[in-house]
Amino acid sequence: MDLLAWTYLLVGLSFALYLGIAIWSRAGSTEEFYVAGGGVSPLANGLATAADWMSAASFMSMAGIISFSGYDGSVYLMGWTGGYVLLALLLAPYLRKFGKFTVPDFVGDRYYSNKARVVAVICALFISFTYVAGQMRGVGIVFSRYLELPIEWGVVIGMAIVFFYAVLGGMKGITYTQVAQYCVLIFAYMVPAIFISMQLTGNPIPQLGLGGDVAAEVPLLDKLDGVLGDLGFAEYTSGNKSIPDLFMITLALMVGTAGLPHVIVRFFTVPKVKDARLSAGYALAFIAILYTTAPAVAAFGMYNIIQSTSEKPIDQLPEWVQNWQQTKLIQIEDKNGDGLVQYLPDPATNELRIDKDIMVLAGPEIAQLPDWVVGLVAAGAMAAALSTAAGLLLVISTSVSRDLFKTFRPDISDKKELRIARLSAAGAVILAGYFGINPPGFVAEVVAFAFGLAASSFFPVILLGIFSTRVNKEGAIAGMLTGLVFTISYISYFKFVYPELNTAEHWWWGISPEGIGSLGMALNFLVCFGVSWLTPAPPSHVQQLIQDIRIPKGAGKASNH
Amino acid sequence: MLFFNECQIKPRLTVTYMSSSPSKMEQYWKKNLQTLAILLFIWFIVSFGCGILWVEELNTIRIGGFKLGFWFAQQGAIYAFLVLIFIYVVRMNKLDKEFNVNED
Repeated sequence: MDLLAWTYLLVGLSFALYLGIAIWSRAGSTEEFYVAGGGVSPLANGLATAADWMSAASFMSMAGIISFSGYDGSVYLMGWTGGYVLLALLLAPYLRKFGKFTVPDFVGDRYYSNKARVVAVICALFISFTYVAGQMRGVGIVFSRYLELPIEWGVVIGMAIVFFYAVLGGMKGITYTQVAQYCVLIFAYMVPAIFISMQLTGNPIPQLGLGGDVAAEVPLLDKLDGVLGDLGFAEYTSGNKSIPDLFMITLALMVGTAGLPHVIVRFFTVPKVKDARLSAGYALAFIAILYTTAPAVAAFGMYNIIQSTSEKPIDQLPEWVQNWQQTKLIQIEDKNGDGLVQYLPDPATNELRIDKDIMVLAGPEIAQLPDWVVGLVAAGAMAAALSTAAGLLLVISTSVSRDLFKTFRPDISDKKELRIARLSAAGAVILAGYFGINPPGFVAEVVAFAFGLAASSFFPVILLGIFSTRVNKEGAIAGMLTGLVFTISYISYFKFVYPELNTAEHWWWGISPEGIGSLGMALNFLVCFGVSWLTPAPPSHVQQLIQDIRIPKGAGKASNH
Repeated sequence: MLFFNECQIKPRLTVTYMSSSPSKMEQYWKKNLQTLAILLFIWFIVSFGCGILWVEELNTIRIGGFKLGFWFAQQGAIYAFLVLIFIYVVRMNKLDKEFNVNED
């Protein structure tokens, strides 16, 4: 069987599995549609959260980003895992005790205001849409690279699959497909990583191989530092970013992670407060398997690419380099005509251009693994993209049907609400597909937006809503709007209005647009406190609500009232 | 107040209030906050401290093929996060039982 056949087979089988699960677990009520009936076990929820969280970018691009940025790439590793500590300790158990379906639900009830609820809905929609467009694009890219179909076709097929199980199954369908998708994606990520680690360092555990030796007594990381240094690059284990910037980016990513609505909502699906805490632990454990492997894949990939291309004759490069040249993910141009490849930091003389996704996508070929492993990686990348897209689509449809429709038309029946939820999920799939086929030119930039906005809008308001009894409606609305407007303005200014000014000397206190969410969050806190102090305390029933969510006893299943 | 949402406190919550006195609840909350403060302090030290602020100094120490600061930034902090969450889970389950606010 050839490579293409294996890929079709494995991707097809994984799709059949997801559809099967969707039919088995279809949602019959709004409660099942929104929170899977509130009966998901902590372990299953941990698996589903991990798949929900790890997107096409985590699977395909993160290792490559670390390869090219070395130590600086640590901001993603720490930022996207450290947020789970905040989530587990500060948010998840209390939101579970609160016991409703969405983040705007909490904001609206805790701040006894539908204005606050609407601001929260707008934030949730904006964050989720920016994120989902990237996922659909990811599905399309995987299709085009592995199955040799046009990107548009890939997006349409991906849409059809997500449409089927998200619209039919709601949260219940999504949860159990995500469990399956986690298994597929982690297996696909680990198999090549383990083999490459063994070949390079003799240690089958990539996390240890990263600290292993490539030659007698020469550690891999020292070798990389030396080789990159000789070529004129920065040392792999030390970075270019300033300490304040590293600090602020890491903080924004952590807090943003804890404030992302599609992650928070997963903790509404478990039966008890206790389970919410435990499943946050499981989720991070499953995420950590990939996130501690990624830096190893990054270093192995960089080492392999330099070893097999730098100063080597162009006509004698290994077969995998030639294969990936056809997809343009590796580009070689002999600028000085010496017949050798020069990999250099200066774009004018550099002859080798490598797409960041290559570190994961070419892994099986670099390790000379059989063809079925290549198919497996394709299925894994697809699982990562589809699981995240489905989680986001659910947030979008819930926001429309519950937070907007039900709030202003509280008398609609459960059946009708379910129909509206399904309709808005369908609408969201189509819109996301449109953005996948016609991506706005700024897809990469909007990721900074999603995290910055989650950090500067949701996180402070939810946190204060639990830990302060004094913070009130006026403070929350003013705080959210301040954080939101400040962060949007700063990012837009440097990313869209004056992209040529987007350098360290123009940034405020050296904080890049990626890290500005931290400052937006601080402003939100300040404004929220200040305005609350100047205006009356929340009414007594809200005070009582806060006291109630602080103790686990009496958490029923998530419910309408 | 125009759009006030009519979602009243659920009746079963009153039961919780009658069974446990307010001062006991304050104690429970205080212990919870203490736990959070300690764990979040460690959270800050392993990531922002060891991984960013003191990375240069720690990089002079080596374990195996790793410089220590680099190891914290790309491996150690993540393991520490994981341990922190599980310590929190165990500690809170104990605290819930102690104050009789557990769900079983």
